[in-house]
Amino acid sequence: MTKLEAVIQNSKLDAVKTALHEIGVEGMTVIEVRGHGRQKGHTEVYRGREYSVDLIPKTKIEMVLADAMVEKAVQVVLGAARTGKIGDGKIFLSRVDEAIRIRNDERGEGAL
Amino acid sequence: MSIGRKLIATFATALLVLVLTQVVCAQTATTVPASATDTNTRLAKLEQQAADAKSSADNAWMLTSAALVLMMTGPGLALFYGGLVRKKNVIGTMMQSFAMMAVVTVLWGLFSYSLSFGSGNSFIGGLQNLFLRGVGAAPDADYAATIPEQTFMVYQLMFAIITPALIAGAFAERMKFSAMLAFMVLWSVIVYDPMAHMVWGKGGLLNASLGGRFPTLDFAGGTVVHVTSGVSALVCALYLGRRVGYPKESMPPHSVVLSFIGACMLWVGWFGFNAGSALAAGSLATSAFVATHFAAAAAALGWAGAEWIRNGKPSVLGGISGAVAGLVAITPAAGFVKPMAALVIGLIAGVFCYGMVAKVKARFGYDDSLDAFGVHGAGGTLGALLTGVFAVSAVNPIFKDAQGNTLASGLIEGNAHQLLNQCVGVVVAWVLAIVGTLAILKIVDVTIGLRITEEEEVQGLDLSQHGEEGYYWEASA
Repeated sequence: MTKLEAVIQNSKLDAVKTALHEIGVEGMTVIEVRGHGRQKGHTEVYRGREYSVDLIPKTKIEMVLADAMVEKAVQVVLGAARTGKIGDGKIFLSRVDEAIRIRNDERGEGAL
Repeated sequence: MSIGRKLIATFATALLVLVLTQVVCAQTATTVPASATDTNTRLAKLEQQAADAKSSADNAWMLTSAALVLMMTGPGLALFYGGLVRKKNVIGTMMQSFAMMAVVTVLWGLFSYSLSFGSGNSFIGGLQNLFLRGVGAAPDADYAATIPEQTFMVYQLMFAIITPALIAGAFAERMKFSAMLAFMVLWSVIVYDPMAHMVWGKGGLLNASLGGRFPTLDFAGGTVVHVTSGVSALVCALYLGRRVGYPKESMPPHSVVLSFIGACMLWVGWFGFNAGSALAAGSLATSAFVATHFAAAAAALGWAGAEWIRNGKPSVLGGISGAVAGLVAITPAAGFVKPMAALVIGLIAGVFCYGMVAKVKARFGYDDSLDAFGVHGAGGTLGALLTGVFAVSAVNPIFKDAQGNTLASGLIEGNAHQLLNQCVGVVVAWVLAIVGTLAILKIVDVTIGLRITEEEEVQGLDLSQHGEEGYYWEASA
Protein backbone atom coordinates (compact mmCIF):
# COMPACT_ATOMS: atom_id res chain seq x y z
CA MET A 1 0.00 0.00 0.00
CA THR A 2 1.23 3.49 -0.86
CA LYS A 3 0.40 6.85 0.62
CA LEU A 4 -0.05 9.63 -1.92
CA GLU A 5 0.27 13.17 -0.54
CA ALA A 6 -0.39 16.01 -2.94
CA VAL A 7 0.07 19.69 -2.09
CA ILE A 8 -1.92 21.61 -4.70
CA GLN A 9 -3.34 25.05 -5.49
CA ASN A 10 -6.56 25.77 -3.59
CA SER A 11 -8.40 26.46 -6.82
CA LYS A 12 -7.62 22.96 -8.16
CA LEU A 13 -9.18 20.97 -5.33
CA ASP A 14 -12.53 20.40 -7.04
CA ALA A 15 -10.95 19.25 -10.29
CA VAL A 16 -8.56 16.86 -8.56
CA LYS A 17 -11.28 15.42 -6.31
CA THR A 18 -13.62 14.82 -9.26
CA ALA A 19 -10.87 13.20 -11.32
CA LEU A 20 -9.92 10.83 -8.47
CA HIS A 21 -13.52 9.83 -7.88
CA GLU A 22 -13.80 8.99 -11.59
CA ILE A 23 -10.97 6.45 -11.41
CA GLY A 24 -12.44 4.80 -8.34
CA VAL A 25 -10.48 6.31 -5.47
CA GLU A 26 -12.94 6.20 -2.59
CA GLY A 27 -11.04 7.54 0.40
CA MET A 28 -9.11 10.78 0.90
CA THR A 29 -8.32 13.36 3.58
CA VAL A 30 -8.14 17.06 2.72
CA ILE A 31 -6.26 19.56 4.87
CA GLU A 32 -5.81 23.35 4.57
CA VAL A 33 -2.12 24.13 4.85
CA ARG A 34 0.33 26.99 4.40
CA GLY A 35 3.72 26.63 2.87
CA HIS A 36 6.06 27.39 0.02
CA GLY A 37 8.47 25.76 -2.34
CA ARG A 38 10.22 28.16 -4.65
CA GLN A 39 7.13 30.33 -4.96
CA LYS A 40 7.64 33.78 -3.45
CA GLY A 41 4.94 35.18 -1.18
CA HIS A 42 3.53 38.69 -1.17
CA THR A 43 3.62 41.81 0.97
CA GLU A 44 0.66 43.16 2.94
CA VAL A 45 0.53 46.68 4.35
CA TYR A 46 -1.45 47.60 7.48
CA ARG A 47 -1.39 51.18 8.72
CA GLY A 48 1.91 51.84 7.05
CA ARG A 49 3.65 48.70 8.32
CA GLU A 50 4.71 46.05 5.84
CA TYR A 51 4.22 42.38 6.55
CA SER A 52 5.86 39.87 4.28
CA VAL A 53 3.72 36.78 3.91
CA ASP A 54 5.82 33.88 2.60
CA LEU A 55 3.65 30.99 3.76
CA ILE A 56 1.05 30.67 1.06
CA PRO A 57 -2.29 28.91 1.57
CA LYS A 58 -2.43 25.56 -0.21
CA THR A 59 -4.52 22.40 -0.07
CA LYS A 60 -3.09 19.00 0.82
CA ILE A 61 -4.84 15.80 -0.22
CA GLU A 62 -3.79 12.53 1.38
CA MET A 63 -4.88 9.08 0.33
CA VAL A 64 -3.65 5.51 0.83
CA LEU A 65 -3.92 3.40 -2.31
CA ALA A 66 -3.49 -0.18 -3.39
CA ASP A 67 -0.15 -0.41 -5.26
CA ALA A 68 -1.95 -1.19 -8.51
CA MET A 69 -3.82 2.13 -8.37
CA VAL A 70 -0.87 4.38 -7.61
CA GLU A 71 0.42 5.25 -11.08
CA LYS A 72 -3.09 5.92 -12.43
CA ALA A 73 -3.84 8.17 -9.46
CA VAL A 74 -0.58 10.09 -9.94
CA GLN A 75 -1.37 10.72 -13.59
CA VAL A 76 -4.87 11.87 -12.77
CA VAL A 77 -3.70 14.31 -10.07
CA LEU A 78 -0.99 15.70 -12.36
CA GLY A 79 -3.51 16.25 -15.11
CA ALA A 80 -6.08 17.95 -12.90
CA ALA A 81 -3.74 20.06 -10.75
CA ARG A 82 -1.23 21.36 -13.26
CA THR A 83 -1.37 24.98 -14.49
CA GLY A 84 2.21 25.14 -15.70
CA LYS A 85 3.17 28.01 -13.36
CA ILE A 86 5.35 28.09 -10.25
CA GLY A 87 3.22 27.20 -7.21
CA ASP A 88 1.46 24.17 -8.71
CA GLY A 89 2.70 22.01 -5.85
CA LYS A 90 4.15 18.52 -5.37
CA ILE A 91 3.20 14.86 -5.00
CA PHE A 92 4.93 12.59 -2.48
CA LEU A 93 4.66 8.82 -2.34
CA SER A 94 5.55 6.73 0.68
CA ARG A 95 5.16 3.16 1.90
CA VAL A 96 2.34 2.34 4.35
CA ASP A 97 2.80 -0.53 6.83
CA GLU A 98 -0.85 -1.29 7.55
CA ALA A 99 -4.37 0.01 7.06
CA ILE A 100 -7.23 -0.94 9.45
CA ARG A 101 -10.96 -0.17 9.10
CA ILE A 102 -12.19 1.00 12.47
CA ARG A 103 -15.76 -0.19 11.98
CA ASN A 104 -15.03 -3.89 11.53
CA ASP A 105 -11.30 -4.46 12.04
CA GLU A 106 -10.72 -5.30 8.37
CA ARG A 107 -7.03 -5.08 7.42
CA GLY A 108 -4.84 -4.65 4.39
CA GLU A 109 -5.88 -3.50 0.92
CA GLY A 110 -9.47 -4.51 1.69
CA ALA A 111 -9.59 -1.78 4.29
CA LEU A 112 -8.84 0.95 1.71
CA MET B 1 -108.86 96.77 18.38
CA SER B 2 -109.95 97.22 21.98
CA ILE B 3 -107.49 98.53 24.60
CA GLY B 4 -107.40 95.08 26.18
CA ARG B 5 -106.35 93.48 22.92
CA LYS B 6 -103.76 96.28 22.29
CA LEU B 7 -102.37 95.70 25.75
CA ILE B 8 -102.12 91.97 25.21
CA ALA B 9 -100.54 92.46 21.75
CA THR B 10 -97.98 94.92 23.16
CA PHE B 11 -97.23 92.65 26.08
CA ALA B 12 -96.86 89.62 23.81
CA THR B 13 -94.60 91.50 21.44
CA ALA B 14 -92.48 92.76 24.34
CA LEU B 15 -92.30 89.23 25.72
CA LEU B 16 -91.31 87.88 22.33
CA VAL B 17 -88.61 90.51 21.92
CA LEU B 18 -87.36 89.80 25.42
CA VAL B 19 -87.22 86.05 24.80
CA LEU B 20 -85.55 86.44 21.44
CA THR B 21 -83.00 88.81 22.90
CA GLN B 22 -82.22 86.32 25.65
CA VAL B 23 -81.85 83.54 23.10
CA VAL B 24 -79.46 85.58 20.98
CA CYS B 25 -77.58 86.87 23.97
CA ALA B 26 -77.47 83.41 25.50
CA GLN B 27 -75.70 82.05 22.38
CA THR B 28 -73.05 84.75 22.47
CA ALA B 29 -72.70 84.86 26.23
CA THR B 30 -70.20 81.90 26.31
CA THR B 31 -68.04 83.08 23.37
CA VAL B 32 -67.55 86.60 24.55
CA PRO B 33 -64.89 86.63 27.33
CA ALA B 34 -66.14 87.63 30.63
CA SER B 35 -62.80 89.48 31.22
CA ALA B 36 -59.25 89.89 29.82
CA THR B 37 -57.68 87.30 32.20
CA ASP B 38 -59.49 84.45 30.49
CA THR B 39 -57.54 85.05 27.25
CA ASN B 40 -54.31 85.34 29.16
CA THR B 41 -54.92 82.01 30.83
CA ARG B 42 -55.46 80.34 27.52
CA LEU B 43 -52.47 82.05 25.94
CA ALA B 44 -50.28 80.92 28.81
CA LYS B 45 -51.55 77.40 28.40
CA LEU B 46 -50.76 77.53 24.67
CA GLU B 47 -47.25 78.83 25.31
CA GLN B 48 -46.69 76.01 27.78
CA GLN B 49 -47.84 73.46 25.22
CA ALA B 50 -45.48 74.90 22.61
CA ALA B 51 -42.60 74.78 25.07
CA ASP B 52 -43.51 71.21 26.01
CA ALA B 53 -43.50 70.25 22.35
CA LYS B 54 -40.06 71.73 21.89
CA SER B 55 -38.84 69.98 25.03
CA SER B 56 -40.21 66.70 23.78
CA ALA B 57 -38.42 67.08 20.46
CA ASP B 58 -35.14 68.06 22.12
CA ASN B 59 -35.39 65.29 24.69
CA ALA B 60 -36.17 62.68 22.05
CA TRP B 61 -33.12 63.69 20.06
CA MET B 62 -30.89 63.83 23.15
CA LEU B 63 -31.90 60.41 24.42
CA THR B 64 -31.33 59.02 20.92
CA SER B 65 -27.95 60.73 20.81
CA ALA B 66 -26.99 59.26 24.16
CA ALA B 67 -27.82 55.80 22.85
CA LEU B 68 -25.78 56.45 19.69
CA VAL B 69 -22.75 57.52 21.70
CA LEU B 70 -22.96 54.44 23.91
CA MET B 71 -23.12 52.33 20.77
CA MET B 72 -19.84 53.94 19.73
CA THR B 73 -18.16 52.25 22.69
CA GLY B 74 -20.07 49.02 22.58
CA PRO B 75 -19.80 47.54 20.09
CA GLY B 76 -18.26 50.26 17.86
CA LEU B 77 -14.89 50.78 19.50
CA ALA B 78 -14.80 47.23 20.84
CA LEU B 79 -15.05 45.87 17.30
CA PHE B 80 -12.72 48.45 15.81
CA TYR B 81 -9.96 47.70 18.32
CA GLY B 82 -10.85 44.01 18.55
CA GLY B 83 -10.24 43.46 14.86
CA LEU B 84 -6.88 45.19 14.95
CA VAL B 85 -5.29 42.93 17.56
CA ARG B 86 -4.15 39.33 17.23
CA LYS B 87 -6.76 36.59 17.55
CA LYS B 88 -5.56 35.54 21.01
CA ASN B 89 -6.34 39.03 22.37
CA VAL B 90 -9.67 39.76 20.72
CA ILE B 91 -12.10 39.46 23.61
CA GLY B 92 -9.61 40.80 26.15
CA THR B 93 -9.43 43.94 24.03
CA MET B 94 -13.21 44.16 23.65
CA MET B 95 -13.58 43.68 27.38
CA GLN B 96 -11.52 46.81 27.98
CA SER B 97 -14.23 48.85 26.24
CA PHE B 98 -17.07 46.94 27.87
CA ALA B 99 -15.60 47.37 31.34
CA MET B 100 -15.74 51.14 30.89
CA MET B 101 -19.46 50.92 30.16
CA ALA B 102 -19.95 49.33 33.54
CA VAL B 103 -17.34 51.01 35.72
CA VAL B 104 -17.57 54.62 34.54
CA THR B 105 -21.36 54.51 34.80
CA VAL B 106 -21.15 53.75 38.49
CA LEU B 107 -18.50 56.41 39.09
CA TRP B 108 -20.56 58.95 37.15
CA GLY B 109 -23.66 58.28 39.19
CA LEU B 110 -21.84 58.33 42.50
CA PHE B 111 -19.73 61.47 42.11
CA SER B 112 -18.12 62.00 38.71
CA TYR B 113 -21.07 63.88 37.23
CA SER B 114 -20.98 66.22 40.17
CA LEU B 115 -17.23 66.76 39.84
CA SER B 116 -17.57 67.47 36.13
CA PHE B 117 -20.71 69.57 35.93
CA GLY B 118 -21.39 70.76 39.44
CA SER B 119 -20.47 74.29 40.47
CA GLY B 120 -17.03 74.47 41.97
CA ASN B 121 -14.05 76.47 40.83
CA SER B 122 -12.31 76.98 37.49
CA PHE B 123 -10.78 73.53 37.52
CA ILE B 124 -13.24 71.13 39.11
CA GLY B 125 -16.88 70.99 40.10
CA GLY B 126 -18.33 70.40 43.55
CA LEU B 127 -20.18 67.60 45.30
CA GLN B 128 -23.68 69.12 45.24
CA ASN B 129 -24.84 66.39 42.91
CA LEU B 130 -23.30 63.51 44.86
CA PHE B 131 -25.37 60.38 44.17
CA LEU B 132 -27.11 62.50 41.52
CA ARG B 133 -28.89 64.53 44.15
CA GLY B 134 -30.90 67.27 42.51
CA VAL B 135 -30.53 65.82 39.05
CA GLY B 136 -34.06 65.13 37.90
CA ALA B 137 -36.71 66.14 35.42
CA ALA B 138 -36.14 69.87 35.77
CA PRO B 139 -33.67 71.34 33.27
CA ASP B 140 -30.47 73.04 34.30
CA ALA B 141 -30.80 76.26 32.37
CA ASP B 142 -27.04 76.88 32.20
CA TYR B 143 -26.46 73.63 30.35
CA ALA B 144 -29.64 72.78 28.42
CA ALA B 145 -32.83 74.66 29.15
CA THR B 146 -35.28 72.43 27.30
CA ILE B 147 -34.34 68.94 28.49
CA PRO B 148 -34.39 67.28 31.91
CA GLU B 149 -31.04 67.53 33.64
CA GLN B 150 -31.14 63.77 33.93
CA THR B 151 -31.05 63.56 30.12
CA PHE B 152 -28.05 65.90 30.06
CA MET B 153 -26.38 63.80 32.74
CA VAL B 154 -26.84 60.50 30.96
CA TYR B 155 -25.74 61.99 27.65
CA GLN B 156 -22.51 63.27 29.19
CA LEU B 157 -22.02 59.88 30.84
CA MET B 158 -21.60 58.26 27.42
CA PHE B 159 -18.71 60.63 26.70
CA ALA B 160 -17.13 59.79 30.03
CA ILE B 161 -17.38 56.11 29.09
CA ILE B 162 -15.76 56.25 25.67
CA THR B 163 -12.87 58.55 26.57
CA PRO B 164 -10.91 56.15 28.77
CA ALA B 165 -11.82 53.27 26.47
CA LEU B 166 -9.88 55.01 23.70
CA ILE B 167 -6.66 54.86 25.71
CA ALA B 168 -6.75 51.07 25.63
CA GLY B 169 -5.52 51.27 22.07
CA ALA B 170 -2.07 52.24 23.31
CA PHE B 171 -1.49 49.41 25.75
CA ALA B 172 -3.25 46.76 23.72
CA GLU B 173 -2.23 43.15 24.23
CA ARG B 174 -0.08 43.73 27.32
CA MET B 175 -1.99 45.37 30.19
CA LYS B 176 -3.21 43.48 33.24
CA PHE B 177 -7.00 43.60 33.48
CA SER B 178 -7.01 44.48 37.19
CA ALA B 179 -4.40 47.19 36.63
CA MET B 180 -6.41 48.56 33.73
CA LEU B 181 -9.52 48.84 35.91
CA ALA B 182 -7.60 50.67 38.62
CA PHE B 183 -5.95 52.94 36.07
CA MET B 184 -9.25 53.82 34.42
CA VAL B 185 -11.02 54.62 37.70
CA LEU B 186 -8.26 57.01 38.68
CA TRP B 187 -7.91 58.48 35.19
CA SER B 188 -11.61 59.12 34.88
CA VAL B 189 -11.64 61.14 38.09
CA ILE B 190 -8.23 62.82 37.90
CA VAL B 191 -8.01 63.67 34.18
CA TYR B 192 -11.45 63.43 32.58
CA ASP B 193 -13.61 65.11 35.21
CA PRO B 194 -11.41 68.23 35.53
CA MET B 195 -11.03 68.58 31.75
CA ALA B 196 -14.77 68.19 31.22
CA HIS B 197 -15.38 70.76 33.92
CA MET B 198 -12.91 73.26 32.52
CA VAL B 199 -14.36 73.14 29.01
CA TRP B 200 -18.05 72.50 29.65
CA GLY B 201 -18.72 72.99 33.34
CA LYS B 202 -20.09 76.06 35.13
CA GLY B 203 -17.20 78.38 35.87
CA GLY B 204 -14.76 76.28 33.88
CA LEU B 205 -11.48 77.95 32.96
CA LEU B 206 -11.87 77.17 29.26
CA ASN B 207 -15.65 77.36 28.92
CA ALA B 208 -16.56 79.38 25.83
CA SER B 209 -20.32 79.44 26.52
CA LEU B 210 -20.24 80.29 30.20
CA GLY B 211 -17.56 82.95 30.32
CA GLY B 212 -14.36 81.04 30.92
CA ARG B 213 -11.10 82.98 31.27
CA PHE B 214 -9.63 81.31 28.16
CA PRO B 215 -12.69 80.42 26.10
CA THR B 216 -11.80 77.35 24.07
CA LEU B 217 -14.15 76.37 21.28
CA ASP B 218 -14.73 72.65 21.75
CA PHE B 219 -18.15 71.66 20.54
CA ALA B 220 -18.20 67.96 21.29
CA GLY B 221 -14.92 67.14 22.98
CA GLY B 222 -11.87 67.49 20.75
CA THR B 223 -9.78 68.47 23.75
CA VAL B 224 -11.86 66.83 26.49
CA VAL B 225 -12.09 63.44 24.82
CA HIS B 226 -9.53 63.05 22.06
CA VAL B 227 -6.53 65.09 23.13
CA THR B 228 -6.67 63.86 26.73
CA SER B 229 -7.10 60.21 25.79
CA GLY B 230 -4.70 60.36 22.85
CA VAL B 231 -1.87 62.01 24.77
CA SER B 232 -2.46 59.74 27.76
CA ALA B 233 -2.21 56.87 25.31
CA LEU B 234 1.23 58.01 24.21
CA VAL B 235 2.36 58.25 27.83
CA CYS B 236 1.06 54.74 28.49
CA ALA B 237 2.75 53.33 25.40
CA LEU B 238 6.08 54.86 26.41
CA TYR B 239 5.79 53.86 30.08
CA LEU B 240 4.66 50.28 29.48
CA GLY B 241 7.12 49.67 26.70
CA ARG B 242 6.73 47.68 23.52
CA ARG B 243 4.96 44.40 23.09
CA VAL B 244 7.10 41.25 23.14
CA GLY B 245 8.35 40.81 19.60
CA TYR B 246 7.55 44.35 18.41
CA PRO B 247 8.50 45.52 15.83
CA LYS B 248 10.23 42.49 14.32
CA GLU B 249 7.43 39.98 14.76
CA SER B 250 4.52 40.03 12.37
CA MET B 251 1.34 41.25 14.12
CA PRO B 252 -1.20 42.16 11.48
CA PRO B 253 -4.86 42.74 12.42
CA HIS B 254 -6.60 39.41 12.85
CA SER B 255 -9.87 40.71 11.39
CA VAL B 256 -10.14 43.80 9.24
CA VAL B 257 -13.79 42.72 8.88
CA LEU B 258 -14.51 43.38 12.58
CA SER B 259 -12.61 46.67 12.45
CA PHE B 260 -14.62 47.71 9.41
CA ILE B 261 -17.92 47.04 11.13
CA GLY B 262 -16.71 48.88 14.21
CA ALA B 263 -15.54 51.89 12.23
CA CYS B 264 -18.87 52.22 10.42
CA MET B 265 -20.66 52.08 13.76
CA LEU B 266 -18.35 54.81 15.01
CA TRP B 267 -19.23 57.00 11.99
CA VAL B 268 -22.96 56.62 12.54
CA GLY B 269 -22.66 56.92 16.31
CA TRP B 270 -20.65 60.11 15.91
CA PHE B 271 -23.81 61.88 14.80
CA GLY B 272 -24.97 61.45 18.36
CA PHE B 273 -21.57 62.54 19.63
CA ASN B 274 -21.35 65.75 17.58
CA ALA B 275 -24.88 66.69 16.56
CA GLY B 276 -26.12 65.72 20.01
CA SER B 277 -23.71 68.21 21.50
CA ALA B 278 -26.08 70.91 20.28
CA LEU B 279 -28.17 69.72 23.25
CA ALA B 280 -31.31 70.44 21.22
CA ALA B 281 -32.96 69.25 18.03
CA GLY B 282 -32.66 72.49 16.09
CA SER B 283 -30.66 73.80 13.18
CA LEU B 284 -27.37 73.77 15.10
CA ALA B 285 -27.72 70.02 15.49
CA THR B 286 -28.28 69.79 11.74
CA SER B 287 -25.23 71.90 11.07
CA ALA B 288 -23.08 69.74 13.32
CA PHE B 289 -24.49 66.57 11.75
CA VAL B 290 -23.59 67.74 8.26
CA ALA B 291 -20.12 68.95 9.24
CA THR B 292 -19.43 65.63 10.97
CA HIS B 293 -20.40 63.59 7.95
CA PHE B 294 -18.51 65.72 5.45
CA ALA B 295 -15.32 65.62 7.50
CA ALA B 296 -15.46 61.83 7.78
CA ALA B 297 -15.88 61.45 4.04
CA ALA B 298 -13.08 63.83 3.13
CA ALA B 299 -10.71 62.29 5.63
CA ALA B 300 -11.37 58.76 4.38
CA LEU B 301 -10.43 59.96 0.91
CA GLY B 302 -7.41 61.79 2.28
CA TRP B 303 -5.91 58.82 4.09
CA ALA B 304 -6.76 56.32 1.35
CA GLY B 305 -5.45 58.70 -1.28
CA ALA B 306 -2.18 59.23 0.56
CA GLU B 307 -1.78 55.46 0.83
CA TRP B 308 -2.60 54.96 -2.82
CA ILE B 309 0.15 57.36 -3.74
CA ARG B 310 2.69 56.00 -1.26
CA ASN B 311 2.02 52.25 -1.53
CA GLY B 312 0.34 51.87 -4.87
CA LYS B 313 -2.88 50.50 -3.35
CA PRO B 314 -5.55 52.09 -1.10
CA SER B 315 -6.17 49.77 1.84
CA VAL B 316 -9.54 49.19 3.47
CA LEU B 317 -7.99 49.66 6.89
CA GLY B 318 -6.63 52.97 5.65
CA GLY B 319 -10.02 54.10 4.42
CA ILE B 320 -11.78 53.40 7.70
CA SER B 321 -8.91 54.79 9.76
CA GLY B 322 -9.09 57.94 7.71
CA ALA B 323 -12.79 58.30 8.37
CA VAL B 324 -12.17 57.97 12.11
CA ALA B 325 -9.38 60.56 11.95
CA GLY B 326 -11.71 63.01 10.23
CA LEU B 327 -14.41 62.40 12.80
CA VAL B 328 -11.90 63.08 15.57
CA ALA B 329 -10.73 66.31 13.97
CA ILE B 330 -14.24 67.65 13.37
CA THR B 331 -15.33 66.89 16.93
CA PRO B 332 -14.30 70.26 18.38
CA ALA B 333 -15.37 72.09 15.23
CA ALA B 334 -18.69 70.43 14.39
CA GLY B 335 -21.02 73.13 15.68
CA PHE B 336 -18.89 76.08 14.58
CA VAL B 337 -17.90 75.51 10.96
CA LYS B 338 -19.60 75.36 7.58
CA PRO B 339 -19.76 72.21 5.43
CA MET B 340 -17.01 73.26 3.05
CA ALA B 341 -14.71 74.01 5.96
CA ALA B 342 -15.57 70.56 7.32
CA LEU B 343 -14.39 69.02 4.05
CA VAL B 344 -11.09 70.86 4.34
CA ILE B 345 -10.62 69.91 8.00
CA GLY B 346 -11.38 66.29 7.15
CA LEU B 347 -8.99 66.16 4.22
CA ILE B 348 -6.13 67.65 6.23
CA ALA B 349 -6.82 65.31 9.15
CA GLY B 350 -6.86 62.24 6.92
CA VAL B 351 -3.48 62.98 5.41
CA PHE B 352 -1.95 64.27 8.65
CA CYS B 353 -2.99 61.28 10.77
CA TYR B 354 -1.81 58.90 8.06
CA GLY B 355 1.57 60.56 8.30
CA MET B 356 1.57 60.32 12.09
CA VAL B 357 0.78 56.62 11.97
CA ALA B 358 2.82 55.50 8.99
CA LYS B 359 5.89 57.69 9.34
CA VAL B 360 6.23 59.36 12.74
CA LYS B 361 5.44 56.23 14.73
CA ALA B 362 7.96 54.19 12.78
CA ARG B 363 10.59 56.92 13.10
CA PHE B 364 10.34 57.15 16.89
CA GLY B 365 9.62 53.50 17.47
CA TYR B 366 6.96 53.74 20.20
CA ASP B 367 4.42 50.93 20.29
CA ASP B 368 1.15 52.83 20.25
CA SER B 369 -0.42 49.56 19.19
CA LEU B 370 -3.74 50.76 17.82
CA ASP B 371 -2.72 54.34 17.07
CA ALA B 372 -4.67 56.00 19.84
CA PHE B 373 -2.15 58.84 19.87
CA GLY B 374 -1.71 58.97 16.11
CA VAL B 375 -5.42 59.33 15.46
CA HIS B 376 -6.98 60.75 18.62
CA GLY B 377 -4.13 62.67 20.18
CA ALA B 378 -2.76 64.13 16.97
CA GLY B 379 -6.14 64.37 15.22
CA GLY B 380 -7.74 66.00 18.22
CA THR B 381 -4.96 68.56 18.55
CA LEU B 382 -5.16 69.37 14.85
CA GLY B 383 -8.94 69.66 15.00
CA ALA B 384 -8.87 71.93 18.03
CA LEU B 385 -6.47 74.29 16.31
CA LEU B 386 -8.36 74.25 13.00
CA THR B 387 -11.52 75.09 14.93
CA GLY B 388 -9.88 78.39 15.79
CA VAL B 389 -9.30 78.93 12.10
CA PHE B 390 -12.62 77.96 10.58
CA ALA B 391 -15.21 78.84 13.24
CA VAL B 392 -17.78 81.40 12.02
CA SER B 393 -20.47 83.16 14.02
CA ALA B 394 -22.98 82.60 11.20
CA VAL B 395 -23.07 78.95 12.19
CA ASN B 396 -22.95 79.53 15.94
CA PRO B 397 -22.95 83.01 17.46
CA ILE B 398 -21.13 81.90 20.56
CA PHE B 399 -19.23 85.11 21.34
CA LYS B 400 -21.24 88.20 22.16
CA ASP B 401 -20.28 91.58 23.57
CA ALA B 402 -21.88 93.24 26.59
CA GLN B 403 -24.70 94.67 24.44
CA GLY B 404 -25.52 91.28 22.97
CA ASN B 405 -23.99 91.90 19.54
CA THR B 406 -22.41 88.88 17.92
CA LEU B 407 -18.63 88.84 17.70
CA ALA B 408 -16.40 87.03 15.22
CA SER B 409 -15.54 83.43 16.11
CA GLY B 410 -12.46 82.30 14.23
CA LEU B 411 -9.56 83.37 12.07
CA ILE B 412 -11.39 83.40 8.74
CA GLU B 413 -13.91 85.76 10.24
CA GLY B 414 -11.20 88.08 11.48
CA ASN B 415 -10.72 86.84 15.03
CA ALA B 416 -7.08 85.76 15.12
CA HIS B 417 -7.01 85.82 18.90
CA GLN B 418 -9.19 82.74 19.15
CA LEU B 419 -6.39 80.62 17.78
CA LEU B 420 -4.38 81.56 20.87
CA ASN B 421 -7.25 80.52 23.11
CA GLN B 422 -7.44 77.21 21.26
CA CYS B 423 -3.73 76.74 21.94
CA VAL B 424 -4.31 77.34 25.64
CA GLY B 425 -7.04 74.71 25.69
CA VAL B 426 -4.83 72.23 23.86
CA VAL B 427 -1.85 72.87 26.13
CA VAL B 428 -4.00 72.44 29.25
CA ALA B 429 -5.24 69.12 27.89
CA TRP B 430 -1.72 67.94 27.07
CA VAL B 431 -0.31 68.92 30.45
CA LEU B 432 -3.19 67.45 32.42
CA ALA B 433 -3.02 64.25 30.43
CA ILE B 434 0.74 63.84 30.77
CA VAL B 435 1.02 64.72 34.44
CA GLY B 436 -2.13 62.90 35.48
CA THR B 437 -1.38 59.76 33.50
CA LEU B 438 2.23 59.52 34.66
CA ALA B 439 1.18 59.83 38.29
CA ILE B 440 -1.56 57.23 37.93
CA LEU B 441 0.67 54.79 36.04
CA LYS B 442 3.27 55.05 38.76
CA ILE B 443 0.75 54.45 41.54
CA VAL B 444 -0.84 51.45 39.84
CA ASP B 445 2.49 49.99 38.78
CA VAL B 446 3.86 50.17 42.30
CA THR B 447 0.75 48.66 43.91
CA ILE B 448 -0.69 46.18 41.41
CA GLY B 449 1.80 46.03 38.54
CA LEU B 450 0.78 47.15 35.07
CA ARG B 451 1.98 44.55 32.60
CA ILE B 452 1.13 40.90 32.22
CA THR B 453 4.10 38.52 32.26
CA GLU B 454 5.88 37.59 29.06
CA GLU B 455 4.40 34.10 29.27
CA GLU B 456 0.89 35.54 29.59
CA GLU B 457 1.56 37.87 26.69
CA VAL B 458 2.52 34.95 24.47
CA GLN B 459 -0.54 33.02 25.64
CA GLY B 460 -2.77 36.01 24.99
CA LEU B 461 -5.12 38.19 27.05
CA ASP B 462 -8.18 36.05 26.38
CA LEU B 463 -6.80 32.98 28.10
CA SER B 464 -4.53 34.61 30.67
CA GLN B 465 -6.85 37.36 31.88
CA HIS B 466 -10.29 35.91 31.20
CA GLY B 467 -9.95 32.16 30.77
CA GLU B 468 -11.78 32.26 27.47
CA GLU B 469 -11.19 32.00 23.77
CA GLY B 470 -12.74 34.37 21.29
CA TYR B 471 -13.41 31.79 18.60
CA TYR B 472 -13.85 28.18 19.57
CA TRP B 473 -14.11 26.80 16.05
CA GLU B 474 -12.46 23.48 16.82
CA ALA B 475 -15.20 22.48 19.28
CA SER B 476 -16.67 19.10 18.47
CA ALA B 477 -20.14 19.00 16.94
